[in-house]
Amino acid sequence: MDKLDMEVLSGKLDAELIKKDFPVLSNSANNAPLVYLDSGASAQMPQSVIDRINHYHQYEHANIHRGVYELSEQATISYESVRSTVARFLNVTDTAEVIFTKGTTHAINLVAHAFGRTFIRAGDEIVISHMEHHSNIVPWQQLCEEVGATLKIIPISDVGELDLEEYRRLLSDRTKIIAVTHVSNVLGTINPIKEMVALAHAKDIPVLVDGAQGAPHMKVDLQDLDCDFYIFSGHKVCGPTGIGILYGKRDWLERMNPYEGGGDMILSVTFEKTTYAEIPSKFEAGTPPIASAIGLGEAIKYLESIGLENIENHEKVLTQYATEALSDISGLTVYGTAPQKAGVISFGVQGVHPHDMATLLSDDGVAVRAGHHCAQPVMQRYKVPATTRASFYLYNTLDDIDKLVDSVRSAKKIFS
Amino acid sequence: MYQEVILDHCKKPRNWGQVQNATHKAEGINPLCGDRICVSMNVVDEKIEDIQYEGESCAICMASGSMMTAKVKGKACTEAIDLTEQFRVLTTEAENKEEPAGFGSLAVFSGIRDLPSRVKCALLPWHTLIAAINSQSEISTEGDKDPVPGSGTQK
Ligand SMILES: Cc1ncc(COP(=O)(O)O)c(C=O)c1O
Repeated sequence: MDKLDMEVLSGKLDAELIKKDFPVLSNSANNAPLVYLDSGASAQMPQSVIDRINHYHQYEHANIHRGVYELSEQATISYESVRSTVARFLNVTDTAEVIFTKGTTHAINLVAHAFGRTFIRAGDEIVISHMEHHSNIVPWQQLCEEVGATLKIIPISDVGELDLEEYRRLLSDRTKIIAVTHVSNVLGTINPIKEMVALAHAKDIPVLVDGAQGAPHMKVDLQDLDCDFYIFSGHKVCGPTGIGILYGKRDWLERMNPYEGGGDMILSVTFEKTTYAEIPSKFEAGTPPIASAIGLGEAIKYLESIGLENIENHEKVLTQYATEALSDISGLTVYGTAPQKAGVISFGVQGVHPHDMATLLSDDGVAVRAGHHCAQPVMQRYKVPATTRASFYLYNTLDDIDKLVDSVRSAKKIFS
Repeated sequence: MYQEVILDHCKKPRNWGQVQNATHKAEGINPLCGDRICVSMNVVDEKIEDIQYEGESCAICMASGSMMTAKVKGKACTEAIDLTEQFRVLTTEAENKEEPAGFGSLAVFSGIRDLPSRVKCALLPWHTLIAAINSQSEISTEGDKDPVPGSGTQK
């Protein structure tokens, strides 16, 4: 398909215009216009989010939930209203099921700790997949070591899809939780979460979904997916760092012991006994990153104003265009070619180490990531030490992709 | 950074392979890149009679290793240690320091200062050399296995 057809396809979203909302993207890099293709690692913030955070710092800051004076009450209202924004974003009705965390990693550790130490015993099994980010491997491994449970791994196929037959076989009486990524940060695969949840629920096994690469890029409807936990990071949805979301079903959250102890998560404290607060406070010990939470709320509103369906569609067009153009380069291999795929392309070029590739692209202003992407088991699966990864978002244009492809071609020439 | 010298050493690495019956040998890994190299040497009377290296790595690491073997072959171990320190200064410390005399083509690595994320790639062969001299079998650019701590590199 040629570029013009592609532009028509992504019609509802004008990425050139959207780009103007993001101040970082008008900067240059190495004397070339910045082509930012690393949103999988962290997305940029639009002006509206930056302004909202500034406004909070300038006019609204006070600690929340504590003061009876107006400033504190206003800060509390702003902070708490983000909970409703997030609930709407994920299509859930009970805002108490939305918990603020420091990010995806923190949220997974929270569940591994709180759910794990409440429900998982020696001899139990935890099922994860071969395509998880280290943050959805290590906390479970630590838990297994501590309680004597076993980690079971859903294998992946050559194109990068989960082996659902094997997944079915792994589910047993011993399985206490399944923790799986919505979208692979290396392969781009969109996993069939709804189907996997249904299979697990048939055996009364809860499912945690790492939505770090899901929530930013598609409409997530948790009433439809029906998973028990869904997690994402603020900085990947055009919000700030230091904030993330854990959605958890009330029934689980209420039965789980708290993770961290401290202020805000208690009902009463004596030296003999502490009674914990209700959810969500039970899991939000200490002063939270208030400004970041408010920034996250603004970021979600921004994405909603563009439309998550439009973003998803736009990224599909970018991915198809980039895949076709990159595949034309001889000696280039794309890792991850599942039919259901998000805007992530990991690749290798024969004779060019991924780090040299990324450095040479950077000379042309093209920002991509090289390395193992915190997913070493995926590297082992495809027998590569590292890959170069380009990841797309709403502000990327077909021109950005042309620049990527040109730059990859000239890097290849240098080493030929 | 990708100048002719570097590309030349990268495409035709000098002293590539493993020294037979090596007296000293070490493996160096950079977990962040997945680079893995091996330095093997024959040391007689504290002098590096023979040195070879091999491995899987990016061009910067590869060229650095190639030039390093050419530089230290035939030198005393103490000299090799001094050269490593000079190379560390060259690649990590701020500009306007004098470039060490007699560094020859290795001086191109001063350019790596502008690419902090790649400094470790250039240093890996040298750190592995030091490990081999110290008869340490394996080093990593991460954590406490680095024989040249505080080398100013960044994560
Ligand atoms: C799939 C996936 N899970 C988890 C994470 C970790 O997110 P954070 O670093 O924001 O905690 C990432 C970020 O790279 C990711 O891509």
